[in-house]
Amino acid sequence: MENLSFLLEPLFNSKLLIVLTFGTIFGLILGVLPGLGPTTGGALILPFTLTLDPLSAVVLLTAIYCAGTYGGAITAILINTPGTPAAAATCLDGYPLAQKGQAGRALGMATVSSVVGGIISVIVLIFFAPFLAQLAYKFGQPEYFALAIFGLTMLASIGEGSPIKNIIAGAFGILLSTFGKDFMTSIDRFTFGINELSEGIGFIPVVVGLFAMSEMLIQSTLLNQVFNRIKLIAIQLPSTKDYKQTWKTILRSSGIGSFIGVLPAEGGTVASLIGYAEAKRWSKEPDKFGKGSIEGIAGAEAANNAATGGAMVPTLALGIPGSATTAVILTGLIIHGVRPGPDLFRDQPEFLYGIFGSMLIANIMFFVIGFFGAKIFARITLVPNRLLWPMIFTISVCGTYSLNQSMLDVFIMLIFGVIGFFMRRYNYSVVPVIIGLILGELIEGTLRQSLVIFDGNWLLFFERPIVLIFFILSVISLFLPLLKKNDRI
Amino acid sequence: MKNVQNGKRAKKNFSPFINSSFFVNFIVIILSIFLLCLSFNFQIVPPILNRGIQPATFPKILLSLIIFLSFVLFFLSLKKPWKKNYKLKFPFYLTVISFILFGIFSKIDFFLGISVLSFFVSYFWGEKRISYLFLVAVLFPIIVFIFFEVILGLRFPQGIITNLYYN
Repeated sequence: MENLSFLLEPLFNSKLLIVLTFGTIFGLILGVLPGLGPTTGGALILPFTLTLDPLSAVVLLTAIYCAGTYGGAITAILINTPGTPAAAATCLDGYPLAQKGQAGRALGMATVSSVVGGIISVIVLIFFAPFLAQLAYKFGQPEYFALAIFGLTMLASIGEGSPIKNIIAGAFGILLSTFGKDFMTSIDRFTFGINELSEGIGFIPVVVGLFAMSEMLIQSTLLNQVFNRIKLIAIQLPSTKDYKQTWKTILRSSGIGSFIGVLPAEGGTVASLIGYAEAKRWSKEPDKFGKGSIEGIAGAEAANNAATGGAMVPTLALGIPGSATTAVILTGLIIHGVRPGPDLFRDQPEFLYGIFGSMLIANIMFFVIGFFGAKIFARITLVPNRLLWPMIFTISVCGTYSLNQSMLDVFIMLIFGVIGFFMRRYNYSVVPVIIGLILGELIEGTLRQSLVIFDGNWLLFFERPIVLIFFILSVISLFLPLLKKNDRI
Repeated sequence: MKNVQNGKRAKKNFSPFINSSFFVNFIVIILSIFLLCLSFNFQIVPPILNRGIQPATFPKILLSLIIFLSFVLFFLSLKKPWKKNYKLKFPFYLTVISFILFGIFSKIDFFLGISVLSFFVSYFWGEKRISYLFLVAVLFPIIVFIFFEVILGLRFPQGIITNLYYN
């Protein structure tokens, strides 16, 4: 009960409220701009969080995460281009409904279902994260190794695109984490004679490169694309009839989104696609889907926003990110000297519940700001790419340089921009690289420490029940895509 | 395009070698083999200091996995019809060149590198108005520089233009 009282603290803390407001507005802008999103935005703002205390820094990042996820819906509905990948399913019905002259109704439903999904997921976070953290006390090095492996295999099975390509991308990410000095023996690995590389490859240059710079290259191939932007007169709250039609869908998708978010995988994008598919499956009017169904919008939006709270569960309780954006938040926590895991729940409940409370407020805040400001945010999409992207480049370069004051980081960012472009061109998702990079040290460290415990005997892994469960789940998640008759190789 | 519609490969002879999937997998495999060879040159830790496995073992496992899966992908892609990617256009190459130009000019001056890239990209992406080019290539970088310097106390690398500001 005492912990729950910390939930309200951000409401009475003017500094946190200012940070929340800024984070929400910034997140909405990032969400609205196609190609950018909360992951890139969080990575770019990370250096600035160094001027803040740890709680304000994480609150800022989580506000960007919540608002950015919702912001993608505005562009999805008005110009048929998802502002974030998580809003891709919203395009399917949002844009057709807007074409019928009901853009305000579509945006109203997207806003309400996003808020409900977001709030439900924070409630899941509040009750489920401490439970998971308690469970984590039973985890030793082998269990953490098995859990991290399970996380990566989940990327393969429910992540977007080809499972094999996802595993390759994840392995590539882990490989990147081995660059530099070996943390156990201080032996140089893949440093190519560059002294600065001994410190390893930074997370931020890779994130900014793979997301922002690769997007800049993608935009260079789409210069002649013309968007049909639908005019928004005013956003409308859903009618009683709309509520009656969609409340079950919103609740169902919120549950689905929260659950998918908890799994260490792709968070919002996968959640929204499953939420949308389930909304269609349970609907009394499935034939209206794809033609402007209000249930379709509700299903997709409630699910992708519900994934935000869900993805924070493993991030805070286990230190294993549930999505690319939570990987950035995890980096933010580590930069500020906060070590996620069960000890955090025991030693700093006021910090954790401050985050939970802030996420609740952020959801309400983006409802208010989104509702009254959607028209203004929609106008941001009018900024031409030829002006926008050079500006984003300037911020990316300065942001990447600022963290370590290293030009090598800037060059790494540019190289990963090119790598990211070709990965996306040939249907390799870049998200597993990010997750692999952040989990790499954990995987290698726990593997090697486990082998020290086991005196080099690999078979002893299988004598530990929790490890065995995770390995079985990993095998199931690897073979699951094979059972589905699809061509996602 | 017709091949995709018909679900057929265009030519049977050497088709795998010009298939884009093959090409990508080929590059991944070559790079992985190169890194794998490098990993054989890592220092070996004496048994008394070694904890668990040698530092080279883990990267070797990962690289072997990547090579194996790339081969699997290649063989699976043989069964699939061709999918031709759209051709990369001039602005793409220009943007990549501008990245390289940034690398060169940033050696002279960091600010100059950013300005050159911003001007180059903005101009060749279609912006011809001088005032907007000035905004993107000069004014905006100045604002960002000052912002980073004031808020974060960041010191940018020395260079012709940056020195003018610092001195």
